[in-house]
Amino acid sequence: MPEFHVAGWIDAFVDWLLLSYGALFDGISAGILALLLRIQAGLEWLPWWAAVAITILAAYSLTRRPGLSLILGSLLVMVVALGLWPLAVETLAVVIASVVLALLLGIPVGVLMAESRWANAALQPVLDAMQTMPSFVYLIPAMMLFGLGKVPAVLATLIYSTPPVIRLTNLGIRQVSPEVQEAALAYGATRWQLLKEVRLPLAMPSILAGVNQTTMMALSMVVIASMIGARGVGEEVLLAINRIDVGRGFEAGLAIVALAIVMDRLTQAFARRWETPGVP
Amino acid sequence: MTTPAIRVSHLWKLFGPERILRTCDRPETFPEALKAGAVAAVRDLSFTVAPGEIFVVMGLSGSGKSTLIRSLLRLIEPTWGRVEVGGVDVTALDGPGLTHFRRTKVAMIFQHYGLLPHKTVLENVAFGLKLRGVPPAERRAKALEVLARVGLKGWEEKLPSALSGGMQQRVGIARALATDADILLMDEPFSGLDPLIRTDMQNELLRLQAEMRKTILFVTHDLREAVRLGDRMAVMRSGSFVQVGTPDEILAHPANEYVARFVHAQDLPGRKKQTQREKVVS
Repeated sequence: MPEFHVAGWIDAFVDWLLLSYGALFDGISAGILALLLRIQAGLEWLPWWAAVAITILAAYSLTRRPGLSLILGSLLVMVVALGLWPLAVETLAVVIASVVLALLLGIPVGVLMAESRWANAALQPVLDAMQTMPSFVYLIPAMMLFGLGKVPAVLATLIYSTPPVIRLTNLGIRQVSPEVQEAALAYGATRWQLLKEVRLPLAMPSILAGVNQTTMMALSMVVIASMIGARGVGEEVLLAINRIDVGRGFEAGLAIVALAIVMDRLTQAFARRWETPGVP
Repeated sequence: MTTPAIRVSHLWKLFGPERILRTCDRPETFPEALKAGAVAAVRDLSFTVAPGEIFVVMGLSGSGKSTLIRSLLRLIEPTWGRVEVGGVDVTALDGPGLTHFRRTKVAMIFQHYGLLPHKTVLENVAFGLKLRGVPPAERRAKALEVLARVGLKGWEEKLPSALSGGMQQRVGIARALATDADILLMDEPFSGLDPLIRTDMQNELLRLQAEMRKTILFVTHDLREAVRLGDRMAVMRSGSFVQVGTPDEILAHPANEYVARFVHAQDLPGRKKQTQREKVVS
């Protein structure tokens, strides 16, 4: 059987993009970088003890569980004690920037998929591809288009971490009780009113579960993001691997796990506040 | 003679696979579609409801009564026929016209209440007014007034899940009354309630109706309820009305075996002894 390749076309396409739309990509790059640096500056301005205090207070006000709140606070203290706090701040900045962009893109796309059967059919395979395509495959063209550093890291994280919030927004809207929707229609709700008054509010717990999942996926990308020049805790892991420094790698790994647990518990607690009694 | 509040003429609703329904554009093609596997949930129905009347459609599940009531405001799109409600030809309305019609002319009450679980009782009652664009203060005042009328004063800020079934249905009724629509469509509103609560709610409806004189199309599977509430009633079976008349006429002269079986199967007040005697004889 004769072979057939698309590689040549893809190469030509990327070259063409670079030549024709270089300025556009520089613009996108500058925008993402500005967002990222602003978030990072904010986090760096905050002393570590203030970050710990805010975490404890936020956890307590969301869950009313003092034990859990103190554990989350001490996980951050552990990161500080390991001397990894400055790196953790850089990692958090990339994660938060990615999550913000993922939500801005993902929630509207999820709504679109729930509203339109056509969009749903067309986008399902795209989501599958985003989640299963090995990240290095798109990291290389992303570097060509956006250069080395944090911006392609944010983009790679975005590609990998947006699908959960899209899927759970879509699912949440589709699971809204047909009886409640019928009642809204019977009283003359337009499609937009139905979405705003009924479907989105009732899908909110599912959407927030998607926010939680997206955050977790973004954190799991930090090591890969470091390979293309995003500094942070991931870089520490990479260095440790290169030097076969098992202990140092383990410490960096612990710090990532600590960040993950803190973000997971906080976003979950936030999601739980949105649940309405009587809604399955 | 006054114009009827509801006039339905030659209404059909067929369900079935898309490939069969595609060719169904006029009644002459329906027999063939039915043979090919389509099902007629509503079969050539014509009837009228007079203003201020309670018209009860009684039938078992699968008789098409749910499809019928939904066809009146096109929650289900009829296959054929004409529906006029409150002087409006509903079947001829375009999208915005239909939305306006649903907001102003009719209000529906559902078996499972259809309340918005994330909104308070007050917000639920004001929901129809909100959709219509009534300002917040005005719709709040209206909702408070209607809630007091159905006996739910003091429950305004609760979520529906904090209320019992009977109270939730009062919220459903209040939501319908708040829109000031002249025509109420009630789809088995009391079927999910305990027998005692159900009787209370029927009394409540009759009391409200004495004050309001709305036109009510009421769907139920319960003959006893139909007889209590209906000024007139229809017995529905496989998409058609088997008999239409006042409850007394139907109880006294069942049109056929099917209606007679219904009448005898239910222990109706006043007919109880007779029914039991007949059972012994047969």
